[in-house]
Amino acid sequence: MSVRIEIVVNGEARAVDPGTSVAALLGELGFGDRRVAVERNREVIPRAQHATTILGEGDRLELVTFVGGG
Amino acid sequence: MKDDLWQLGERNFRSRIIVGTGKYSSLDETRAALAASGAEIVTVALRRVDLKSKEPTVLDAIDRAKYVLLPNTAGCYSADEAIRTLHLARELGMDELVKLEVIGDPKTLFPDNTATVEAARRLVAEGFKVLPYCSDDLITCKRLEDAGCLAVMPLAAPIGSGLGIRNPHNMRLILDNVKVPVIVDAGVGTASDAAIAMELGCTAVLMNTGIAGAKQPVLMAEAMRLAVDAGRKAFRAGRMPRRDYANASSPTAGLIE
Repeated sequence: MSVRIEIVVNGEARAVDPGTSVAALLGELGFGDRRVAVERNREVIPRAQHATTILGEGDRLELVTFVGGG
Repeated sequence: MKDDLWQLGERNFRSRIIVGTGKYSSLDETRAALAASGAEIVTVALRRVDLKSKEPTVLDAIDRAKYVLLPNTAGCYSADEAIRTLHLARELGMDELVKLEVIGDPKTLFPDNTATVEAARRLVAEGFKVLPYCSDDLITCKRLEDAGCLAVMPLAAPIGSGLGIRNPHNMRLILDNVKVPVIVDAGVGTASDAAIAMELGCTAVLMNTGIAGAKQPVLMAEAMRLAVDAGRKAFRAGRMPRRDYANASSPTAGLIE
């Protein structure tokens, strides 16, 4: 059994399998078909790189979208 | 009558009302209010996704073929935060136009004009088309214009206050001295406030709570559309001079004796 790595998503701690990509995480969270912008450790990960960006121990992610506002 | 269009950069717009999408009771109400307002540009905010709920979001209420999205930086208290927010907004797909707001104080939500000018310079350098929320202060507006902003958006009164145009004289000085469009942003509480802004010569009005906070938001959205239109036409028509005393409308000659 592989040791899971700890990451933080929108302020909440979460464990994922080593080798998990940003795209896989979005799928796991149910956002696979949704437009979500991703920032890892304060750096935007462009959508085209979601599949190839592998999460690392301690990564802090922000997943954001548009909401109603003025 | 000839089309009365206005421009942001290369883009033409007909509608002179820009509306926010916050505070509505449902997405259906949002959709109906946007339609009744006649807006072509609608603002949105950027926030963390809800990891637990997969409810429809505001984007489901906004037909992207009809409306230009204007992401804002509401809730940002520094130039860095505002720029970080807009980098994420760009990643979400938008139309280059951004509403920059850097807040200076949580109670008044007044802008930090110094930080706003700094953020504007950096965003323009990155290619963003910046519409900044700012104080109704001519010098700030000129700095923002010099920074390359496509318009300036002075507040009429605090955000969400509905207090109307508190300082029409300041607004007039801004209108007389900047070349970019002047869009009143914040403070419009009812239709007459929107009409006053337009009669002063403002290019457009941006509002959210004035519509969403009404008892019947969709009806108020229509009222705002008509008021903006009426105010604009009155401005173009050129109002009569004010007089201190009466001036009879009927002939003074030929009165019966």
